[in-house]
Amino acid sequence: MTALLAGTGLAKVFGPTPALVDASLRVDAGEIVAIMGPSGSGKSTLLHCLAGIVRPDAGRVEYDGRELSALPDAARSALRRGEFGFVFQFGQLVPELSCAENVALPLRLGGAGRRDAARRAADWLDRLEVGGAARQRPGEVSGGQAQRVAVARALVTGPRVVFADEPTGALDSLNGERVMDLFTAAARDGGAAVVLVTHEARVAAYADREVVVRDGATPDRAGVAP
Amino acid sequence: MYTHHVYIEGIVAVMSIGHTLLGLLETGPRHGYDLKQSYDARFGQDRPLHYGQVYSTLSRLLKNGLVEVDGVEHGGGPDRKRYAVTAAGVTDVEDWLARPEKPEPYLQNTLYTKVVLALLTGRGAAELLDAQRAEHLRLMRELTRRKSGGGLADQLICDHALFHLEADLRWLELTAARLDRLAAEVRS
Repeated sequence: MTALLAGTGLAKVFGPTPALVDASLRVDAGEIVAIMGPSGSGKSTLLHCLAGIVRPDAGRVEYDGRELSALPDAARSALRRGEFGFVFQFGQLVPELSCAENVALPLRLGGAGRRDAARRAADWLDRLEVGGAARQRPGEVSGGQAQRVAVARALVTGPRVVFADEPTGALDSLNGERVMDLFTAAARDGGAAVVLVTHEARVAAYADREVVVRDGATPDRAGVAP
Repeated sequence: MYTHHVYIEGIVAVMSIGHTLLGLLETGPRHGYDLKQSYDARFGQDRPLHYGQVYSTLSRLLKNGLVEVDGVEHGGGPDRKRYAVTAAGVTDVEDWLARPEKPEPYLQNTLYTKVVLALLTGRGAAELLDAQRAEHLRLMRELTRRKSGGGLADQLICDHALFHLEADLRWLELTAARLDRLAAEVRS
């Protein structure tokens, strides 16, 4: 079976430091894969290469049969906007926009009308039980609420791949669990592939399998052969 | 090292069956059979009580004046006794609930022993830690799946196991990071 997303033999150097040496990972539609490993092992760089945020120096990333690293910047941006969803440790919401406007933003950028985008954003905020924060700005809500808003923003477009970098890192256990339940639903019910960087084993336990990165490599090749 | 079954068994083994039965009886008198059903539903998880355990515990509680026979039903089969908790039994439950459990020090650790022995005998300690890590995560995935399909009681019991397994995993990772130093110390 062809993977929805596969990175093979990825390498990346930042200045004098090799961040990735030989890392591989594949993920199928509807599957959740956790990237684990010690601090500084290259987990986030691997995620960024897979998501087309960082162009690897060597190796290739294939998404849905296309080589991501060969696409021009504009095409990669369009892909990130339309088919990928992102959640980071600290939500990275736009501070000047209300929570509802933040969630509507990727829809608007994708060409949705204002009213339609606002309605879908409101639906998602309600689903994540943060409807009450719709008019507030990210700085005015709690960390747990802001992270749920960020999850709503990542899932509102119905992405085919969700990339999450320590998505529960700033949350208490209960809120972390809610976020992971949402990702699980996106994969199981929505057929999304979820790639998750985490150092928390309890979070990784939501995944179907884990890939361990050590010194920039995935030595056991677990990412290639599940 | 852990299987789900072993883990649950661990919880039951340290739990006092006598106190638990007394506590259940405090909600109303019951026959031994009903008491077992009630215990299994709430606390048995994967390991229900044996009838023998229920009746031997009840006879001990009876001897110590913590329960009394509330009535006897004469039917076609053997007589069925209904048990009720006594005032002394209620006090016993109250004392047990108020007394903090002794925290486990976890100083006798099979994993630590295995790591040291692997280093002493020149075997692969890193591989041992990796294999254990994978096994721990496998069980954690199983418990997480079970948790998402279960009720609140099941979630709580699985969370208890998950937090303990996570603590083990953190130890495994820290030990992997300190393996060179430990090897030097062990072999000196």
